[in-house]
Amino acid sequence: MSETAEQKTDDLFEFITFSAGQQSYCLEITQIREIRRWTPVTALPHTPSDVLGVMNLRGAVIPIFDLAARFGLGPTPANERNVVIVATVSGMTVGLLVESVSEILSVETSAIQETPDIKSEATRNSILGVISVNQSMVRVVNLDAVLDTQGPVQT
Amino acid sequence: MTTKVLAIDDSRTIRNLLRVSLENAGFEVHSACDGQEGVDIFPEVDPDVVITDINMPNLDGFGVIDTLRSGPNRTNVPILVLTTESSDKLKSRARASGATGWIVKPFDDASLVSVLRRLTGHVS
Amino acid sequence: MSGNAIRDTFFEECEELLEALVEGLAQMEEAPDDLQVVNAVFRAVHSIKGGAGAFALDRLVTFAHTFETVMDKVRDRDLSVDDRLMALFHRSGDMLSDLVAAARDETPLDPAAEGELIEALESYLGPASEEEEFSFDAVSLDLGGDTPASLPEIPLAKIADSAPDGAATGPASEKTYRIRFTPTRALYENGHEPLLLFDALAELGTLCVLLDLSGLPSFDAFDPQDSCLDWTLLLTTAEPETALDEVFEFVEGLCTLEITTAPPPAPTEAELPTPDLPQPAARPAPPAAESAAAPPPPKPEARGPKPTLRVDLDRVDRLINTVGELIINQAMISQRIEELDLPTVAHLTNELEAYKLLARDIQEGVMAIRAQPVKPLFQRMSRIVREASDATGKKARLVTVGDSTEVDKTVIERLADPLTHMIRNAVDHGLEHPERRLERGKEAQGTIRLSASHRSGSVFIEIADDGAGLDRAAILRKAREKGLVAPEVELTNPEIDNLLFLPGFSTANQVSNLSGRGVGMDVVKNAVQALGGRISITSIPEKGTTFTIVLPLTLAVMDGFVISVAKETMVVPIASILETIRPNARDTHVIGTSSEVVKIRGSYVPIVDVAANLGLDAGDADRGGSILLLVSTETQGLTALRVTGIHDQRQVVIKSLESNYAAIPGVSAATILGDGKIALILDPDELIKLSRLSEPEGTETKLMPEPGHV
Repeated sequence: MSETAEQKTDDLFEFITFSAGQQSYCLEITQIREIRRWTPVTALPHTPSDVLGVMNLRGAVIPIFDLAARFGLGPTPANERNVVIVATVSGMTVGLLVESVSEILSVETSAIQETPDIKSEATRNSILGVISVNQSMVRVVNLDAVLDTQGPVQT
Repeated sequence: MTTKVLAIDDSRTIRNLLRVSLENAGFEVHSACDGQEGVDIFPEVDPDVVITDINMPNLDGFGVIDTLRSGPNRTNVPILVLTTESSDKLKSRARASGATGWIVKPFDDASLVSVLRRLTGHVS
Repeated sequence: MSGNAIRDTFFEECEELLEALVEGLAQMEEAPDDLQVVNAVFRAVHSIKGGAGAFALDRLVTFAHTFETVMDKVRDRDLSVDDRLMALFHRSGDMLSDLVAAARDETPLDPAAEGELIEALESYLGPASEEEEFSFDAVSLDLGGDTPASLPEIPLAKIADSAPDGAATGPASEKTYRIRFTPTRALYENGHEPLLLFDALAELGTLCVLLDLSGLPSFDAFDPQDSCLDWTLLLTTAEPETALDEVFEFVEGLCTLEITTAPPPAPTEAELPTPDLPQPAARPAPPAAESAAAPPPPKPEARGPKPTLRVDLDRVDRLINTVGELIINQAMISQRIEELDLPTVAHLTNELEAYKLLARDIQEGVMAIRAQPVKPLFQRMSRIVREASDATGKKARLVTVGDSTEVDKTVIERLADPLTHMIRNAVDHGLEHPERRLERGKEAQGTIRLSASHRSGSVFIEIADDGAGLDRAAILRKAREKGLVAPEVELTNPEIDNLLFLPGFSTANQVSNLSGRGVGMDVVKNAVQALGGRISITSIPEKGTTFTIVLPLTLAVMDGFVISVAKETMVVPIASILETIRPNARDTHVIGTSSEVVKIRGSYVPIVDVAANLGLDAGDADRGGSILLLVSTETQGLTALRVTGIHDQRQVVIKSLESNYAAIPGVSAATILGDGKIALILDPDELIKLSRLSEPEGTETKLMPEPGHV
């Protein structure tokens, strides 16, 4: 499990929601270091297609993943609204390319539901739970699981 | 007036332990890492009491006592010997050489401070 | 400084003491009669014992004590050192080192081995070892920190009985002691002050002091150094008499002392007959005003032991990082100014050049902080040699050269395992058995020579044995058996030697005690390469084998060529490039379907296309304009790397890819260029290896012959 469960100060969690592969996802705010505009990256040879390359983040070399591609939803099409979410997980700093960032979501623990019992185990592992917001469903990304796998998450 | 201690020991650990224990008790602590350095800085530090290890390079503890107790600049400043041995042989040798007293390693803070107080009249 | 910090210093100091111990023991081998050397060894053990006592590390204390006692006998010339004792000292040094490590890391350690050693040591002390009462009360310091959990305890030989005397004494049993105290001159000379003794007595109860001046000489006979005073004291206390003895413990023999139990005190003690002197010297605790003063400001140490500064490594690394940024920043500014294309920039260029030099100076200075002598690492190897020769029945000694050579701390740490393995190998596989050595006219004892030196901006570490040399026939046979070399392929001697570095290659004919640990030379090679270094091997039959490790001075910066590969900008380490070539079309030839070679001074050298091997679109239109970098790698021989262009030669700051992602084949790290973009740093050796793997089968084991002109 990720830090999500450990870091609750009270019962309220704050999430940043974003869209990747035209689906709605969110990440807990404490895992996010910053959100940057997309800038060209230096490609890495011999890496899966969802690894876009590396970027210079104030002197640190960080890899940029295409989150949609990682989730098997196809590469993120180039768009002005594309952003890179810089997140820290297990001591590593990584960037996630997403289509766009939407809003900050403040929910109680109880609003986070367990991931429905879907068939794909990989998908289930990459999501910590779901939150339902105005009749739509937001998936809570499990960063550890997303970045742990060698290649893209198989769906 | 603070009481000044000159602590001479070649072991950094022991010097640190002495420093911490004694500074907590309100002493002013000066250290030297061997006998020769201790004797060299003695006039400059002008301590109220000297604590010295026996087994040290360059000049050993007995050499320190001998230097401080004889010669033109001899002094009656209390000198405590730090030793791992508590044999009578060592005690009488220390006494005969001019040591004021001894502390057996490992020492605990309380007894170290009480011995020093007894020899210097230091009040913490 | 907290208790934990002191404990840390203790273990740090132990490292130094153990180092001194190993060094001293090595010197003892040469000069067993040198008292200074024996003294140094004794002191090292003694200091470890002293510190260990403070932290109640009883096991360590017990062992150190036994070790020290034997060493003391050597010091007193009661015991002469022979080979057997010397070997025991070495083993004891190793054990002491293990005990320190176990205490530090709080890891369990089997007491059997140390028990055996203690027994062996004690056998030198004789049966009636009149060892003086070794009272080591288990006093532990309460410094507020976590008291380390002590190791499984071995009962101390003779723990002093520290039960308090007269514990049952209640307040009811107050007694009055009459003390007659006549100090001698020596008492004053030894730094004692009677009044302070009386203070101590006063703390035990009610004290009345009577001074007898009858001994006072006439004025002209008065010697201020002489003692002529004489006191009678009456002490009423509930404390037992031993408490009084304790007060006078230090002055025993320096005074005449009579303690008698006086009759129960008269109710009006104050009315005791007062002698001639008006002043009863009953001294209560000194006035409080004295102590009310603020605690003394901690003064800096008058003169420190050594002018060194202990700094958290993280801080140094942060500084190194920041300085790295500074260098990148400097490069960026230079580049921006160039882009501005200002009309007169001569003075600006000068200033920039000065900035660059300053930044480099800072960087070098900071790097130097991380540099450490290889001595401790080398010293550890003498133990490995000892253990390996014990295990194999071979005789070996270690000779170290260049101990003071300084290398980056991380390099030293990461070199420990590979070096251990190589040293073990040198004894196990390199050296012959004593009988065989004698047959060959060699000394029965083999020599392992471990040396370090700085040469042309690199660190060279050599491990050389004077053994039989590599058995190339056996190596080749084994490689063929394992299918590592095709049967028909002929290999040169260096090529055969390099087979040792192939994964899964093990040379031992039979699994000895030492090998068979699943670590091969390929692991060693990987470790060296991970440090940005390379390893090579030379061997001469009957003369021995030498492994040479070449390492960069620092892990943080590197001199490189900035090149372009297809559309990407990359960096190649200058160290690996022999020369750059703009080939003529007539010098390059295609062999087979895709393999290309270039003719350089009569030899054909294979070409590896970097872009193709990195999976980049070469856009092969400008093949004619490409440049070849001639590189010589340890395992892949001479190869020409095809790149698109060379731009610049500069020092680059190395940024790990692994810290945030993972290792990439053919790429050793990344760096940040003047424009803020990231450039990958190529690893030519790996890159060439990759190209071999992707080539059609059958060619992968065909190594290129070493051309004679290199």
